[in-house]
Amino acid sequence: MSIHVQTPQSPLRVAVTGGTSGLGLALVRAFVGRGAKVAFVARTASVVTAVAAETGAVGIVGDLARKDDVHRIALQVTAALGGLDVLINNASDLGPVPLALLADTDCEDFERALQTNLLGPFRLSKALLGTLAGAAREARGGVVVNISSDAAVTPYETWGAYGASKAALHHLSHIWDAELAGEGVRVLSLDPGDMDTPMHAAAIPGADRRALQQPEDAAEGVIAATLSALPAPERVSP
Amino acid sequence: MTPASTPVQRPADARLLTIAADGAISHLRRSAFAAQLRPGDLVIANDAATIPASLFGVHQRTGRRLEARLAGRGSLAFADLTFSAVLFGEGDHRMPTELRPAPPEVRVGDLLALGPATARIEAVLDHPRFVRLVFQGDAAGIWAGIAAHGRPVQYAYMAQALALWDVWTPIAGPPAAFEPPSAGFALDWAMLGEIRWQGATFATLTHAAGLSSTGDAALDARLPLPEAYRIPATTAGAIQRARARGGRIVAVGTTVTRAMEHAAARHGRVVAGEGVADQRLGPQTPPRVVDAILSGTHEPGGSHYDLLGAFADADWLAKADIELEARAYRTHEFGDSVLIWRRRRVRQALAVA
Repeated sequence: MSIHVQTPQSPLRVAVTGGTSGLGLALVRAFVGRGAKVAFVARTASVVTAVAAETGAVGIVGDLARKDDVHRIALQVTAALGGLDVLINNASDLGPVPLALLADTDCEDFERALQTNLLGPFRLSKALLGTLAGAAREARGGVVVNISSDAAVTPYETWGAYGASKAALHHLSHIWDAELAGEGVRVLSLDPGDMDTPMHAAAIPGADRRALQQPEDAAEGVIAATLSALPAPERVSP
Repeated sequence: MTPASTPVQRPADARLLTIAADGAISHLRRSAFAAQLRPGDLVIANDAATIPASLFGVHQRTGRRLEARLAGRGSLAFADLTFSAVLFGEGDHRMPTELRPAPPEVRVGDLLALGPATARIEAVLDHPRFVRLVFQGDAAGIWAGIAAHGRPVQYAYMAQALALWDVWTPIAGPPAAFEPPSAGFALDWAMLGEIRWQGATFATLTHAAGLSSTGDAALDARLPLPEAYRIPATTAGAIQRARARGGRIVAVGTTVTRAMEHAAARHGRVVAGEGVADQRLGPQTPPRVVDAILSGTHEPGGSHYDLLGAFADADWLAKADIELEARAYRTHEFGDSVLIWRRRRVRQALAVA
């Protein structure tokens, strides 16, 4: 599969949040491997530096759950990539760890899940919407991918904070996709399925890891769905 | 006019004074902007995001504190870390600039520690407070440092300090502006939908809007400084198509006007690509491309006001000033707006008749 590009001189510009582990790291590696210009965001400076050195992607230190960080992140993304075609809101928070009944969930854990899984993606997408709409006008991009979960649609016990936040993100994605049709910007909600990641291990410590897909394989599905949402090359106006 | 002192980009009661091509003045709600358009018209806005360009730090040779306000850059390139900057002494924007202590005397080679970033003075330009500096280090680290440590340029008339989100327009894209391209505060995504609904189209360019004031008469006389801009191929194409079908070009702000008129003066028409706008616009430079400008309300005397003279006769603008004052329009970055259509060439029309 080859990355959609307008010309060989302008590779796809992709930003991935939560880009230092699990699915996010797999997406960073896979997009870089296909020749995309990639920036990623994560909270821990030393890990960001290591992943940037390994992949050649631009590493940005920031916490999507903090309102003050969002515009600073957006500034660095657009400065480094000279625009943006695809934003992948992948960073997620499980809520209470170990998972807990809602009645046993601390409000602070629920709030953190909502900040990271719902308000962070909303704020970052909004801060980058001018850039994404510009990419759509240039018929080269304009896709937001919100990483969802089957917990967004199925009410699993003990997944209350995570499931409620992902359900809200899923619904937001569909509303925003409809609202932005006129701008040519797509907002997708994608469920990558259960993966063998640090987050999955935190949620279900005893899981049989052999039954889980690898994040590299899940990344392929996300990339395929992203590329199919991009403007078709033949629609590029001269 | 009274200063708008709260950072609300789109107050529900925002107003729009329009000057028609024959000089007629009318008063509208700003939300009626899109209704002024006709099918085929093209609205162009500046999508520059505002850099937090005010950096406090220390002049290492003297140990004295100062503020560096980034003011300009020769390009929009990520790796271009050479900026012009205006230096201020200790204190902040609440203190009138003339009462602020002078910044330390700087020499070529001096280092400024600006939070996590270090900048080297590369040249003292033709004013002791106006320098060219180069940030030291890799581009990603420098932008991270500016993002973390910089603050938006502040205004004394604002009740509270401005946050970065206060100075980004809804359509903000690449970090390029040193002060907000504030005419774009009038836009929101619903209005972009209304523009389409009118049968008009919308496009953007990126223009590095510079400082609006330095508090120093000698420096202010040089404004606007040269400003880098980039016109996307899709926007250049949209302009050609709009003109071919008889549509009018509406520029959102003085920066968009400056970029397009610069490109048109240089190439004969607006072509895609980068440039540095270094011209002044006024009554002697009738617009080649732009048919109307949506702008903030500007008080007479500055370069922004002069630019409006490219569109409307001086006596029309004077009459508009009286109306703005009498009806208590709000001024400055978060104030009300004007929409000025380029004057119709009355004398030519009379000659033909």
